Amino acid sequence: MSLVFSQLINGLQSGSIYALIAIGYSMVYGIILLLNFAHGDIIMVGAYVAWLVVVNLSLPPALAIALAIIACTLLGVVIEKVAYSPLRKAPRLSLLITAIGISFLLENLAQLKFGAGAKNVPALITGPALDIGGQHIGFTAVLTIIVSVVAMIGLTFLIRKTKMGKAMRAVSEDMGTAQLMGINVNSTISFTFAVGSALAGIGSVLYSCAYPQAAPTMGSMLGLKAFVAAVLGGIGSIPGAMIGGFAIGIAEAIVSAIGLSVWKDGVVFAILIIVLIFKPTGIMGKKINEKV
Amino acid sequence: MSRFQREPVKLVPVPSPNFIPERDVDKTPILEVSHLGIDFGGLTAVDDFNMAIGRTEIAGLIGPNGAGKTTVFNLLTKVYQPTRGTIMLDGRDTAGMNTIQVNKLGIARTFQNIRLFKALSVMDNVLIGLHNEMDYHLPSAVFRFPSYWRSEKIAKGRALELLSIFDMQDLADAKAGSLPYGAQRRLEIVRALGTNPSLLLLDEPAAGMNPSETTELMENIQKIRDTFKIAIMLIEHDMSLVMGICEGIGVLNYGKVIAKGTPEDIQSNPQVIEAYLGKKKEAN
Amino acid sequence: MIKKSTIIPMPLRYLINIVLFAAFLFVMNTLITGGTISKYYSGVISSIGISIILAVSLNMATGYLGQLPLGHAGFMAVGAYTSALIMKAAAGSLITFPLALLAGGLVAALFGILIGIPALKLKGDYLAILTLGFGQIIMVVLLNIDDVLGFKLTRGAAGLQKIPKTTTFLITFICVGITCFVIHTIMKSRHGRAILSIRENEIAAESCGINTTYYKTLGFVVSAFFAGVAGGLYAGNIGILNPSAFGFMKSIEILVMVVLGGMGSMFGSVLSGGVLTALPELLRDFDKYRMVVYSLVLVVVMIFKPTGLMGTYDFSLNGLLDKLILRLKGGKGDGGGKAVLVEKEGKANE
Repeated sequence: MSLVFSQLINGLQSGSIYALIAIGYSMVYGIILLLNFAHGDIIMVGAYVAWLVVVNLSLPPALAIALAIIACTLLGVVIEKVAYSPLRKAPRLSLLITAIGISFLLENLAQLKFGAGAKNVPALITGPALDIGGQHIGFTAVLTIIVSVVAMIGLTFLIRKTKMGKAMRAVSEDMGTAQLMGINVNSTISFTFAVGSALAGIGSVLYSCAYPQAAPTMGSMLGLKAFVAAVLGGIGSIPGAMIGGFAIGIAEAIVSAIGLSVWKDGVVFAILIIVLIFKPTGIMGKKINEKV
Repeated sequence: MSRFQREPVKLVPVPSPNFIPERDVDKTPILEVSHLGIDFGGLTAVDDFNMAIGRTEIAGLIGPNGAGKTTVFNLLTKVYQPTRGTIMLDGRDTAGMNTIQVNKLGIARTFQNIRLFKALSVMDNVLIGLHNEMDYHLPSAVFRFPSYWRSEKIAKGRALELLSIFDMQDLADAKAGSLPYGAQRRLEIVRALGTNPSLLLLDEPAAGMNPSETTELMENIQKIRDTFKIAIMLIEHDMSLVMGICEGIGVLNYGKVIAKGTPEDIQSNPQVIEAYLGKKKEAN
Repeated sequence: MIKKSTIIPMPLRYLINIVLFAAFLFVMNTLITGGTISKYYSGVISSIGISIILAVSLNMATGYLGQLPLGHAGFMAVGAYTSALIMKAAAGSLITFPLALLAGGLVAALFGILIGIPALKLKGDYLAILTLGFGQIIMVVLLNIDDVLGFKLTRGAAGLQKIPKTTTFLITFICVGITCFVIHTIMKSRHGRAILSIRENEIAAESCGINTTYYKTLGFVVSAFFAGVAGGLYAGNIGILNPSAFGFMKSIEILVMVVLGGMGSMFGSVLSGGVLTALPELLRDFDKYRMVVYSLVLVVVMIFKPTGLMGTYDFSLNGLLDKLILRLKGGKGDGGGKAVLVEKEGKANE
């Protein structure tokens, strides 16, 4: 019982991180129909920033957290401006290949700069373990779950109730018409990338609490799994990304719990393939018809 | 009441959806559509569409914007599967068929927003239309068996012949996307003819053409009908074209055929005038 | 008249290409067996050939069919392991290697059908991600299948070792020739045009009566088949297989070759497949920066020339010869070339 419970908490914790990253994928896909491969690698950059600040500069963890999130946000916006915005009218395939290129660029630059080995990131957040009915739950686990739920609610509010949210929805519906209605498309897209990347920054801090390491390729598998979560939940839907993230996290925890942890990645991608075959729109996604 | 707030036109029984030009009356109509309809979610785009088209008829489908004309074409070619109703093509029910099967059975079409294979040559565009007219198999292609050379040669000759309808044979090696707008529309017709249809659907063939081009197109449409002895159904807003060459005209409004008849019948039909211009006010 | 001048008649064109290619094979082979080209460099030349097959085969799915499969290395892996196991089981016989290559290709093609049928129902990005997932699953399976089976098959992370190193220059480049020939002949036929029409406009293709599902699968399967053959050649060239060699990174490396060369240009794929494999070998120090440069190139090419360096241009030896003949015949006067062009048209048309 205790093992099941702790695995469930583990699953929810990693699921929350997937969810935070998945939201970024979902938002970007929703607005410019791009599968932003570089999104996972932004997390890697965040982890390295935290490592640099705490280990190399010996500054307090709080500053490391803030700088990691700021760095991720800026990076996301810069990537969009430099690499994606020139391709706004290009075929989707070109945009996708560019995103893959950026992802590889970040990974390989990190490898060149910091080496292929992992760097240990000291604990950024510490706190007392919680005790619920005799079960110990780590502080970071609780924090991670709470942060991701709050982020989802906040984001849903942002998109539904604010002016910027309305602009985002308008741009994702029809970029040209939105522009005619006086919406600044470029700044709306930048804003979307900023929010998505900031969430990735938060994700990277929470991730390094759970797995205190920074490595050049850490973002790629993390990003891919988060993407699976976004697809599973229904790409473009924020609550969907949340549900998908939790589902993937728990599925992984179950696979590990029954002693098949080496098959973990295989199972995640098998879920992806099954979802794509039987319900490509995911749990909460909507179907888009091409006009003939 | 202002023009913008007019009441929806009352839907009255179709006067004569099965109108067919006299010379085709004795034969099976190429197309017989009855009670065709489709709903998108809650929206009924086409509702109870009825129409028959004779074997060598040039038929027109007109109606105000948003009446569902292109949707009818998409239903006939199974780009959308109809929610209800039957489509009989040359006496055969097309229920359950897809776009490809319907094309093989004899419906070819052009598109309102031109859909050419833009990066390919004009010749290749027509040859793709002739795809099912060629019969060699994959191994013949890979090993370049005689059947490949023979079939390709015949197809290329046929493609040039089809292109010559619009005097486009000299453009065979040009890139389709580089053609002027009018030529692209003509190429789409040629490509459609390549599939050897018995019914050709033209979605706004004269859109974007100048009056002299339109006149030429009218002649060519008639020429195509006379040469290939096929039926042609076209959607068009240019009334000079529709009234000039169509033998039977169906008027679509709010997804229903409100009339079908000769150009003269249509022009004098009060319901048609109402659909286009709105109801006459009593005071007038 | 805008009409292509084909001065050299069609069957002769094939003959010229085949003769020249055979001459190339003969000369290179003599140099290698004679020892003028060292064993090390002949191995490098073989890996260039393997890259060319991989790039040309991916170009079929990406450039011609217009899809973006991200699991090409997965097909390569399937072919490599299949061939390697056959080669190990029946080492020594002369026909073992060709049979092993064929088997590698066929098994990869089978996987192509299995993954292609569901994947090709999806559009663009979804297809990309599904094939990516497939590639990852292949890797996980190759790493861990031995634990499930209870006997040694792939030998997991330790790698499948002592594979007979039977890949030679001659076999590799015969395979390169066959790959290019088959894909070329398919593309210049009604089947190839059907594949192109799907890339250009799927709805219009269907309205022309083209069975898009069939042709998508065909393009995908042919692509997978040759990737499998390349995998077999790779196994015989390196002599040891490790699942990690066939990861996402490898798929991207092949994609870079295709994109750089120009999506839809076989000549571009051959060229960039060759150059991108030869360069790191020639510039050993460069290896560290290789992937950084690759990814930068990918981004820069996409931004400034999204169609790749060669675009859809395809080199034709005979086209060049045609031009040369025209130049020679009409070389006297200034406008001579053009006059000959018009004059020749009558009989030039096959």
